[in-house]
Amino acid sequence: MSFAPSPAALAEIERAIARYPRAAAALLPVLHVIQGESGFISKEAADWVADKLAVDPVRVREALSFYTMFRTAPGGRHTIRVCRNLSCHLAGAEDILGFIVERLGIRPGETTPDGAFTLTAVECLGNCDHAPCLQVDGLDHAPASRGSVAALIEELKGRD
Amino acid sequence: MTEPEALLLPPDDGSWRLADYLRRGGYEAARKALTSMAPADVVSEVRRANLRGRGGAGFPAGVKWGFVPPAGPGPRYLCVNTDEGEPGTFKDRLILRRAPHALIEGLVITAFAVGVPKAFIYVRGEYARTAGRLEAALAEARAAGFIGPRVLGTDFSLDVVVHYGAGAYICGEETALLESLEGRRGLPRVKPPFPAAVGLFRAPTVVNNVETLAAVPGIIRRGADWFVGRGLPKDGGTRLFGVSGAVRRPGVYELPVGTPLRRIIEDHAGGPPEGRRIKAVVPGGLSAPVLRPEEIDLPMDYDSLAGAGSMLGSAGIVVIPDGAPMLDILHLTARFYAHESCGKCAPCRIGTAWMLKIVERLRRSGGRPADLDLILSLGEGIRGRTLCPLGDGAAQSVRAVVTKFREELEQAVAR
Ligand SMILES: Cc1cc2nc3c(=O)[nH]c(=O)nc-3n(C[C@H](O)[C@H](O)[C@H](O)COP(=O)(O)O)c2cc1C
Repeated sequence: MSFAPSPAALAEIERAIARYPRAAAALLPVLHVIQGESGFISKEAADWVADKLAVDPVRVREALSFYTMFRTAPGGRHTIRVCRNLSCHLAGAEDILGFIVERLGIRPGETTPDGAFTLTAVECLGNCDHAPCLQVDGLDHAPASRGSVAALIEELKGRD
Repeated sequence: MTEPEALLLPPDDGSWRLADYLRRGGYEAARKALTSMAPADVVSEVRRANLRGRGGAGFPAGVKWGFVPPAGPGPRYLCVNTDEGEPGTFKDRLILRRAPHALIEGLVITAFAVGVPKAFIYVRGEYARTAGRLEAALAEARAAGFIGPRVLGTDFSLDVVVHYGAGAYICGEETALLESLEGRRGLPRVKPPFPAAVGLFRAPTVVNNVETLAAVPGIIRRGADWFVGRGLPKDGGTRLFGVSGAVRRPGVYELPVGTPLRRIIEDHAGGPPEGRRIKAVVPGGLSAPVLRPEEIDLPMDYDSLAGAGSMLGSAGIVVIPDGAPMLDILHLTARFYAHESCGKCAPCRIGTAWMLKIVERLRRSGGRPADLDLILSLGEGIRGRTLCPLGDGAAQSVRAVVTKFREELEQAVAR
């Protein structure tokens, strides 16, 4: 299987590369574009990126295994990131996380069988004054409560 | 603190646009610097202001800029550290939301001062949505001629690129940030050479925190003496103190450097909620050793906190209330560093992993006081033996929890 981004993504990738003095520096932005379009970075996509940026394929794989926001396998249509560092912990993050685990029937790091949700437990999201906080598809949801999270999950389910 | 237009951070969320910023006197400082000052004069004004870096290490900004070799033929860069990952820190997020033009104006003045035509703003990936305002503000600034070719009609040009990270606390460390910007894993470099000499793509590079740069326009507009007068002689200006945890009014408070920690917590953030008491305070992000309640009558400046065996760090204050088990705090602290250690230096990679394993075992099945000593000795094995200070942060924060709450921990693990 080979990989090719859509024409729109390719144009965005070319623009990203042009912003840096060296193509290799565009690695993170290019991976963001591809993951934004495909939902994850396949082996073929990783090799395509290496080729495009003229770097060793291992360098792309190193980055993929280092940066936690990239995934190398399909995830859910929605990603929930729950902060559980200090301020959120004090505000009941473990309870919120436990509630989501129960609602979705998956543990952090897993995706629901219907492909709707991926759940992750993360370190500080920098929203400590609105603890406990979480992000859904990159959007802040804070402060979170059992009720607000239940409503959110229902809303996202309804949207699909 | 009564002149609102002198504040770095406007109190409302709705006046971040260029028109509002201009109404507050925005970009006057950039105009002054670019049209009436020599770059070296800008550097010396900021040096006189004793603006200490707001990213955590507290290095004086003007002194750092002075380390960049005088303008030569090759490229040079400015990087804005917007990685903000230190737990308990959320002040830079507020600058992106409420005062993106203060950051951009500070960026323009700094780039002019150190002769940089190209700047990168490294934003943590999780802030991509929040940084929408920054991108909108950059577009406004570009359209108005504050960045781009021939800034304000002068010979100075500045290209600004926003670069998003992808989830790694270590990328806030300045040399890891440079590695990440070059398209690699964020692994810290050996220092020296420091970035000012050998930085991005091996060119001289200045790395500054968002809040540091956002403070620069005020210094140029109103002078170094004004800035020093707003803080302490050796640590000028106001700081954005983030307060979270067990307080009635969590938030960011812009106050003079040197404001006592207890006053920030009790007067500004309203103190602990009804019926709760302060059990411990993290004064400057998770890496800053925790303080006991009897230790918080301290001025919040770099030297005072260092003198008290802690650190001002990012000035992210977290109040831990009575009733919060310190074994849980120890656990989440150990977990954080074990997760975020980049793995380059063996003492940190192995030490943080073992500290976490021991704490997990203590939580699961209890243990003996000697286990706490083992945790401390693992910390000692990390401290001072790593390329970057992440390892020191792990060692010192864990150590403070263990030594200051030893009695409670011994009881908690005894079965
Ligand atoms: C593990 C680690 C994480 C850091 N994270 C940040 C950060 O998120 N933001 C920041 O400005 N500085 C961070 N720093 C400090 C930077 O290394 C550097 O000192 C700072 O960006 C310099 O800017 P300043 O002098 O304006 O503070 C971190 C340091 C370490 C060791």
